[in-house]
Amino acid sequence: MKALFLGLVLCLAAVSAGAVNPDEMLDDPALEARAREISKGLRCLVCQNQSIDDSDADLARDLRVLVRERLAAGDSDGQVIDYVVSRYGDFVLMRPPFKATTYALWLGPALIAGLGVLAVVAFYRRRTAAGARRGTAPPPLTEDEKRRLETLLDDRSR
Amino acid sequence: MNRRFLYVLPLVVFGVIAAYFAVGLTKDPSAIPSVLIDTPVPEFALDPIKGRDRGLSSEDLKGEVSLVNIFGSWCFACRVEHPLLMQLKKENAVPVHGIDWRETDPDAGPKWLARFGDPYTLIGDDPESRAAIAFGVTGAPETFVVDKNGVIRYKQVGPITGRIWEETLRPLIEELRRR
Repeated sequence: MKALFLGLVLCLAAVSAGAVNPDEMLDDPALEARAREISKGLRCLVCQNQSIDDSDADLARDLRVLVRERLAAGDSDGQVIDYVVSRYGDFVLMRPPFKATTYALWLGPALIAGLGVLAVVAFYRRRTAAGARRGTAPPPLTEDEKRRLETLLDDRSR
Repeated sequence: MNRRFLYVLPLVVFGVIAAYFAVGLTKDPSAIPSVLIDTPVPEFALDPIKGRDRGLSSEDLKGEVSLVNIFGSWCFACRVEHPLLMQLKKENAVPVHGIDWRETDPDAGPKWLARFGDPYTLIGDDPESRAAIAFGVTGAPETFVVDKNGVIRYKQVGPITGRIWEETLRPLIEELRRR
């Protein structure tokens, strides 16, 4: 049991370590933490669905090192990210920026959900309106229908 | 509600999705559009590889239309492209500069060139992806067409085939020379 627990803890530790090798890390923990945060937001260009923090690809490693060098040289987080974006475009960002070319991406789902809500509202409105036109409640059951209903209900209760 | 419209609705939805896929599936998801087209080549200065005296820097890319080819001895697709680069050298078609990318062994690049031939005018050694990242390179081989003012005009991802050379690169180079 203890061994299992230890194993689990080690697994979690391995996940949080990403692909960063010890020799890449900066000595200053604050800078290193910033580097990790930035790396998590930058896409590995080789694997594309991993961040450079997660990826073992050589290019991802070189990008991690570059991020750290720039931080160590005094760049702000924004400057580091801007540099990488200036080389690779918005594609390199794991989270696409909100701007004219991505409005459809960010607003599309809300727009479609909104249209759906409108359609549902229209549907129910029309139905109540149709109901009102027809009179009030639907016509009462005939004797035949009542009997059928009772047999059905009896069947179920048995 | 018009009932007849409901019957054709699935067909309409299918049509829209089919059209979407017809376009989307012909695109290569790994081809990342370069943001560097029509911008000056990035500032870089690379050391020479073993056996050469001169490396490659941004200054070398001004004055003449040239190609910058990212290659590596580890890169198999580069070997596929290599005979074409040798042919360009033989025909004196255009200067091709090389960036020897991510060699773990400093002898590997020169050995590879000794074995297959050396088509490059100048070569820079880029073991830590300095220039490669500055050029926004995602894999090898990649080839940039640089005009005489040192401005990147085109990026070819993957090997240059005979067809790409004839249909795209050569006409572009000729046009850039006339400008």
